[in-house]
Amino acid sequence: MIHRECGVLKTTYEADMALYPLPIARWTVAALAVLFFLVLPFSVHEYYLSIVNLIAIAVVGALGLNILVGSTGQISIGHGAFMSVGAYTAANFAVRLGAPFWLALPLGGAMAALVGAVVGIPSLRIKGLYLAIATLAGQLIIEWTINHVTWISGGVQASIEMPRPAFLGVEIASQRGMYFFLMFFVVLAVVGTLNLLRSRIGRAFIAIRDHDIAAEIIGINIFRYKLLAFAISSFYAGVTGVLYTYYLGIANYEQFQITVSIDYLAMIIIGGLGSVLGAIFGAIFVTLLPIVIRYAMEALGGLVFSQASVLNIIPNLRLILFGTLIVFFLVVEPEGLNRLWRNIRNYFRVWPFAY
Amino acid sequence: MRRYFGIFAAVALAVALTAVGPAQAAHEIVIGFQCDRTGATQTVGVVICPGYHDYIRLVNEQGGVMGHRLRVDEVDHEYKVPPAMESYERFKKEGAVVIGVYGTPQIYALTQKLTEDRIPGTSPGFGKAAAADGSRYPYIFPIAATYWSQATAAVKFVKDQLNGGLKGKKIAFLFFDNPAGREPIPILEDLSVKEGYQLKTFAVPPPGVEMGAQVLDIAQRYRADFVIAHLFGRSPSVSIKELKRVGYPLRKVVSFVWGAAEADVEAAGGYALAEGYYGLQFAGVGQDFPVIAEIREMYRKQGKDAPKEMASTVYYNRGVLIGALHVEAIRNALKARPDGKITGEDVKRGFEQIKGFTLGGLVPPLEVTATDHEGGGLVQVWQVRGGKWMRVTDWFKAYPEVVAKAVKEAK
Repeated sequence: MIHRECGVLKTTYEADMALYPLPIARWTVAALAVLFFLVLPFSVHEYYLSIVNLIAIAVVGALGLNILVGSTGQISIGHGAFMSVGAYTAANFAVRLGAPFWLALPLGGAMAALVGAVVGIPSLRIKGLYLAIATLAGQLIIEWTINHVTWISGGVQASIEMPRPAFLGVEIASQRGMYFFLMFFVVLAVVGTLNLLRSRIGRAFIAIRDHDIAAEIIGINIFRYKLLAFAISSFYAGVTGVLYTYYLGIANYEQFQITVSIDYLAMIIIGGLGSVLGAIFGAIFVTLLPIVIRYAMEALGGLVFSQASVLNIIPNLRLILFGTLIVFFLVVEPEGLNRLWRNIRNYFRVWPFAY
Repeated sequence: MRRYFGIFAAVALAVALTAVGPAQAAHEIVIGFQCDRTGATQTVGVVICPGYHDYIRLVNEQGGVMGHRLRVDEVDHEYKVPPAMESYERFKKEGAVVIGVYGTPQIYALTQKLTEDRIPGTSPGFGKAAAADGSRYPYIFPIAATYWSQATAAVKFVKDQLNGGLKGKKIAFLFFDNPAGREPIPILEDLSVKEGYQLKTFAVPPPGVEMGAQVLDIAQRYRADFVIAHLFGRSPSVSIKELKRVGYPLRKVVSFVWGAAEADVEAAGGYALAEGYYGLQFAGVGQDFPVIAEIREMYRKQGKDAPKEMASTVYYNRGVLIGALHVEAIRNALKARPDGKITGEDVKRGFEQIKGFTLGGLVPPLEVTATDHEGGGLVQVWQVRGGKWMRVTDWFKAYPEVVAKAVKEAK
């Protein structure tokens, strides 16, 4: 992450695949843990934690989509729908059977994984844009089903009120409580993804992404691994949906429409396909940037425009600026924010002695 | 020493900021207002929001509410849920005592939070119809006719149009196929049993710009005696155009509140084409209201023209209505606590005291109580006639017992 090494001294595969390549990495992680679990939650106003919470939910979803799109090379425009599958499954379990969150959450993820694997079946025959359309169909079918089958959606309003999660008998309702609740799953998701990608399964995914025919020839079961990628990725999406449902206190199908799928694709493309850090950067960028732009405009907009028109101009200009910045960052570094970050690191690695 | 100076300065600044913050808040009352000027329903937002702000500005120009100034913190959420959550937390941080929520998914997402934090939120003309039950949703205030009340009012209106008898008549319900669009169906079904009419529903899938088949079915095969339309966004204008094209008489069509604006008629091809089309309204239409004249006067004093949004009276007046009801609730809250230190709970009680407040006819004579947060579910019917919207009925409600039963039975 933020440490730097001096020379490449790895002589074994174990050393190359280690989660902590250097001792200092341990310290970096420990410092980040202290920052995110002790310093941040107790030093800032709940409002800022609410933003971090939205980012945390986005991080889990982006990590999951990145496993599929970035690491396995399969595209999906159906992740918004997979989230809704998780959300409604958990909501039904929680409301009808009174399932606690530690049960509802994996159940939601598992159901999403199942549905995701089914939607992923066309990936065995088609690729690229064709697959995108097939998954889009999945999104629309799931949306329609949830919208119309009241047994799933809990009535014509297609929304189920969710009880707050309780941990050791304590109800988690405040933003600060939610922060710890969500952060726990973010850590699980990050560690899980890091380990997945350096495992046998992760290597198989990358082989399929780089050349699926070559992967098949060296003995990777394409059928199995492609569906596994869809299932794992959808599991993350389902968990995201459940977390979102717990966060809002309601499962509502309008929160998982196709724009959500597109937003998540935008996150991983801006962040950098195929890297864990990239997914995190992308989630932060897409969630935080509109808020930052709005504050900047509110502070400075009055200097340029009249006070009455500023309210109308801010949201429009924000959209334009947001789009422009996405284009700007992608032009500066087509491989995303993660690559940008690595370039900066590489520069400072030998600084001030460039040669 | 210089090193310490920096730390001292930072600490001093932090202390100063925390000390200043609450002191300022005591003199002004903060309202959080969500808006959608750029998202899926931006045609509504760009007119409602200026209407809201103009009314609040008018109140401030006239000395505020019992001497207390109002400050509106507006956030545009693009009709998306995460920005709506973020804006809510921002309003809370600013100390908002009432929040104007905008959008059905947004009010769903905020219901639990508003209740936990004891801040009243308003959802005029959208959101969950069951939220009219103040004992179950103590901090949610529809303060305008919900879709259920609109459905009963529409049926009553159709009954009057068909000379009092609905028995054996055919009513078509043309609706946008999403939860908000489907919400009135159970009510219409209940009433069909009660009144003996035949009901057939015609779903228009999102984004709602293609309904040729449904309209043809209504006009040629089903041969409906009356059409009740419940559409959003661009689709109302499409429905007017399509019904006209297949030759269905528009004087046999009544639309719910989101398909009855000037913009819908203009987008459909103008007033001449839409002649006869009926629409429900939860706020007065037109500019013949004293409050509109006062806003115009306020702009004139400042040497400015009245904003162009004012001409779009359906949505502009709804913005004024939302503002007026917020102010009225705050005024009621301040009566109990004249020092201005009111909380969300006070404003909630303020809403529940709103009675007989009509703003010269722009606002229906609502009667909000602790159990009825809808305030009666009153609507007017207006018709496109001779190049403008003309009023057909006064404020009325219908079949309150049917709505009450549905509210009670709602899960």
